[in-house]
Amino acid sequence: MPYLGSEDVVKEVKKALCNPHIQADRLRYRNVIQRVIRYMTQGLDVSGVFMEMVKASATVDIVQKKLVYLYMCTYAPLKPDLALLAINTLCKDCSDPNPMVRGLALRSMCSLRMSKLDQWGQAEVLNFLLRYQPRSEEELFDILNLLDSFLKSSSPGVVMGATKLFLILAKKFPHVQTDVLVRVKGPLLAACSSESRELCFVALCHVRQILHSLPGHFSSHYKKFFCSYSEPHYIKLQKVEVLCELVNDENVQQVLEELRGYCTDVSADFAQAAIFAIGGIARTYTDQCVQILTELLGLRQEHITTVVVQTFRDLVWLCPQCTEAVCQALPGCEENIQDSEGKQALIWLLGVHGERIPNAPYVLEDFVENVKSETFPAVKMELLTALLRLFLSRPAECQDVLGRLLYYCIEEEKDMAVRDRGLFYYRLLLVGIDEVKRILCSPKSDPTLGLLEDPAERPVNCWASDFNTLVPVYGKAHWATISKCQGAERCGPELPKTSSFAASGPLIPEENKERVQELPDSGALTLVPNRQLTADYFEKTWLSLKVAHQQVLPWRGEFHPDTLQMALQVVNIQTIAMSRAGSQPWKAYLSAQDDTGCLFLTELLLEPENSEMQISVKQNEARTETLNSFISVLETVIGTIEEIKS
Amino acid sequence: MISQFFILSSKGDPLIYKDFRGDSGGRDVAELFYRKLTGLPGDESPVVMVTSGGRRHHDGHHFIHIRHSGLYLVVTTSENVSPFSLLELLSRLATLLGDYCGSLGEGTISRNVALVYELLDEVLDYGYVQTTSTEMLRNFIQTEAVVSKPFSLFDLSSVGLFGAETQQSKVAPSSAASRPVLSSRSDQSQKNEVFLDVVERLSVLIASNGSLLKVDVQGEIRLKSFLPSGSEMRIGLTEEFCVGKSELRGYGPGIRVDEVSFHSSVNLDEFESHRILRLQPPQGELTVMRYQLSDDLPSPLPFRLFPSVQWDRGSGRLQVYLKLRCDLPSKSQALNVRLHLPLPRGVVSLSQELSSPEQKAELAEGALRWDLPRVQGGSQLSGLFQMDVPGPPGPPSHGLSTSASPLGLGPASLSFELPRHTCSGLQVRFLRLAFRPCGNANPHKWVRHLSHSDAYVIRI
Repeated sequence: MPYLGSEDVVKEVKKALCNPHIQADRLRYRNVIQRVIRYMTQGLDVSGVFMEMVKASATVDIVQKKLVYLYMCTYAPLKPDLALLAINTLCKDCSDPNPMVRGLALRSMCSLRMSKLDQWGQAEVLNFLLRYQPRSEEELFDILNLLDSFLKSSSPGVVMGATKLFLILAKKFPHVQTDVLVRVKGPLLAACSSESRELCFVALCHVRQILHSLPGHFSSHYKKFFCSYSEPHYIKLQKVEVLCELVNDENVQQVLEELRGYCTDVSADFAQAAIFAIGGIARTYTDQCVQILTELLGLRQEHITTVVVQTFRDLVWLCPQCTEAVCQALPGCEENIQDSEGKQALIWLLGVHGERIPNAPYVLEDFVENVKSETFPAVKMELLTALLRLFLSRPAECQDVLGRLLYYCIEEEKDMAVRDRGLFYYRLLLVGIDEVKRILCSPKSDPTLGLLEDPAERPVNCWASDFNTLVPVYGKAHWATISKCQGAERCGPELPKTSSFAASGPLIPEENKERVQELPDSGALTLVPNRQLTADYFEKTWLSLKVAHQQVLPWRGEFHPDTLQMALQVVNIQTIAMSRAGSQPWKAYLSAQDDTGCLFLTELLLEPENSEMQISVKQNEARTETLNSFISVLETVIGTIEEIKS
Repeated sequence: MISQFFILSSKGDPLIYKDFRGDSGGRDVAELFYRKLTGLPGDESPVVMVTSGGRRHHDGHHFIHIRHSGLYLVVTTSENVSPFSLLELLSRLATLLGDYCGSLGEGTISRNVALVYELLDEVLDYGYVQTTSTEMLRNFIQTEAVVSKPFSLFDLSSVGLFGAETQQSKVAPSSAASRPVLSSRSDQSQKNEVFLDVVERLSVLIASNGSLLKVDVQGEIRLKSFLPSGSEMRIGLTEEFCVGKSELRGYGPGIRVDEVSFHSSVNLDEFESHRILRLQPPQGELTVMRYQLSDDLPSPLPFRLFPSVQWDRGSGRLQVYLKLRCDLPSKSQALNVRLHLPLPRGVVSLSQELSSPEQKAELAEGALRWDLPRVQGGSQLSGLFQMDVPGPPGPPSHGLSTSASPLGLGPASLSFELPRHTCSGLQVRFLRLAFRPCGNANPHKWVRHLSHSDAYVIRI
């Protein structure tokens, strides 16, 4: 075959396709088309004959149709305008009597990818896709493969949208989730050092979210989170938090050095945040951090000293092994502490570990000397307790001072709480020293309980639905208060409008219904509808269980049992039995079951003389979290009825 | 989905206000936003705020804003939306307004109110984005931009770039690039211009012993085109340009970056083989390519600082000697160099000896500010500063370890611009246009390179 450039080939093929003689001869026509396909496969650009090929699709020859469709799907992205012409033929084929033709046309139409969505459209579609539930694992991975390219988009909105979709779809495949989070690392880090501060902040919030589940995820990139001088305060604070969370054996030295630099920042707030951060890291890397904190005390700055002492207080409680070092660092601190929090922390430390600090009684004595001019009652309370504790271990040095302090607190102090505390200790001392020891030196709470410790690593699934929303930006706690306010706002003023509802009308206003149904989700509780127990079974179960929860709700005035029954029905709580309206006392028995099979049996009791309703709930499996959610659902329903009534 | 969009001046005056859905109160929301913003405690972020202003119809909405060129661009929304998309939209809107009005600023916005509303009308429909492409919008926009002064080519300054928000705001953007894409039809002949800028932001952290702790370069290639849309152009980058740690190209050390992302309209067919980007840019501004590079810089750092500090605690006398060496090639220079050195609290006096007359040093907000308008590559400058720091109250007892330098001194940070220099070494080899204007002169092409400091911190 002679060598032909692509232009010559196209010219020749075009001529052949246009030739009416060839068009008339089905076999020859098909051969030419086959040649086009062959060139296409070889990589020659034959998109120039698109027009002619579209014409060739109008044929009864199915083989020819298939070939042409193959050609069209390949070149449609290059010739979107011309591909529009093919749509006509495809539409006509869709109503062809031959099912094979119809199928072929439909399939081809689906694979014509012409209109490209712009980034806003993509982000929107990715958001819609969150609603789709794949039916099989195979389908799931097909979807993930199709969406892969969006993770590489240059638009952060699209990348984050795709990431969220991946996280949600792959909720049963933790390794896929981790994989996606690794791939999104680059874009997130780029956003963290973006010129736009706002974007940077949002990215940092998401980095923190990821770190909650994968603490080591950004450890090797710790330098990206170093603060720079010109950044606004809120970004610096986020970065310090991130640094705190990604610290590990390799980078701890560098991170601490960086944080130490921040401790002497001109902004006192930022300096204190940095010191608290070092305190947080001290739970794992105690010795290094205590050393740095001790050095900071040497600077003799009030705003630094107070925070360091507070950090020490928390630290000796969580990491008792550092007590010795802390005790050695404390002398002299009192000169540089003026605020209430710092004084309390120092006094507490002196009281609890005073036996290891030689001058502890004398420091406390100074505080007692100045107690008249002390403005914070909390400091006085702390002082009382600390001095009494120290009295137990070093009685000779403390007796006189303690006497003076007790006298002052009982005779001269104007704050009632301080006076009461003073009186209490005075009487306690009268009972005897053993009793004082028993009360004051009772076993300390166990640090391993982890109340102050960070919560354990949380699985990705518990925040996947919050990813790429405002929740990480506000912070989960702040978000909870916001949505709570909104909920209250929504049902509060709206109710009067619907107060005159008829029994047949919607029982609970639309928005309330939403809220009631949202509530179970929040506590991971889903009540199963139509789970009607027989009265006998209910009675047997009721008698065999203990009351798991009891509480009273305010209740006034008349009562419409039907209304209540319907309202409960809405949230899938069934009524087993109920007294007639107006009977006294009035009782009702309710049952509900959640999706794990846990039964909730409830008794409502309305005593005639009391203006309250007593609720008793029993549960066949002791599970507090679902119990609480169930009770809040119940409260909401009863509260709503009460409001409608009034 | 967006409920409202508004633009406030830096003082909080509303310049533009548009409600898309009528579901969220009225104009006073803009006032509420500014009140919330100014009343926010220092540790809270203003980026996203909830609109609980007391009045019920505001509640449950969120303010999301960006600050751009001294303006606040704010949207309100009632849904829990993607913050990334919204912020991206806001910055895109800022670019778009810049494209159409010439530049973004309080003056240009208030002169072009009609145009801005027309644009918003087309970009957002009932709070949903329709299109943000400068090109598509050209078909619908009828209003012409009002430009404050006639454009003149002679205004071109060497450093001012259209998009780079450098730290020295005193450098005005060159007015050639800051003209609207839709200027009046009459001066068609002048319109054939293309600006291509390679802008790099450098952040560096140097330890007190001089060792390099962190280098980070964020680079962008930005294009502003006034050519008719669809005219193809090819941008040739340095051939030794490699992406990632492993790739090898050419015989030299190569220009290496860690990550690159391209605008979706860039055709990369020739990128692998010849490092050529092909694109048909729409009129207006476009970020063609973004890249970043950390830890591994091919050239020496532009500046090294050699400080020495003498601190006499007893008399409160503090002497700081700073030697600044510029390691740029001798033909290059750094502009608007400013050294900022936080000083201990309560510094009262400053005496200085500077190595050349055009330098200036002063105390400002508890810090030393040393301005060097121009520093030639290879040169070395020095300053000797003496200050009095009254000692802290109370006797210096307890034999505390007095560190070599007093509290609050340092770290030093430098800000500067390096015209015609990229820290990564990336250069644009050529910019070729396929566009042939009918009977007119060749289009003007402006290719510019610039690096500037993002954070250049030296611990002392």
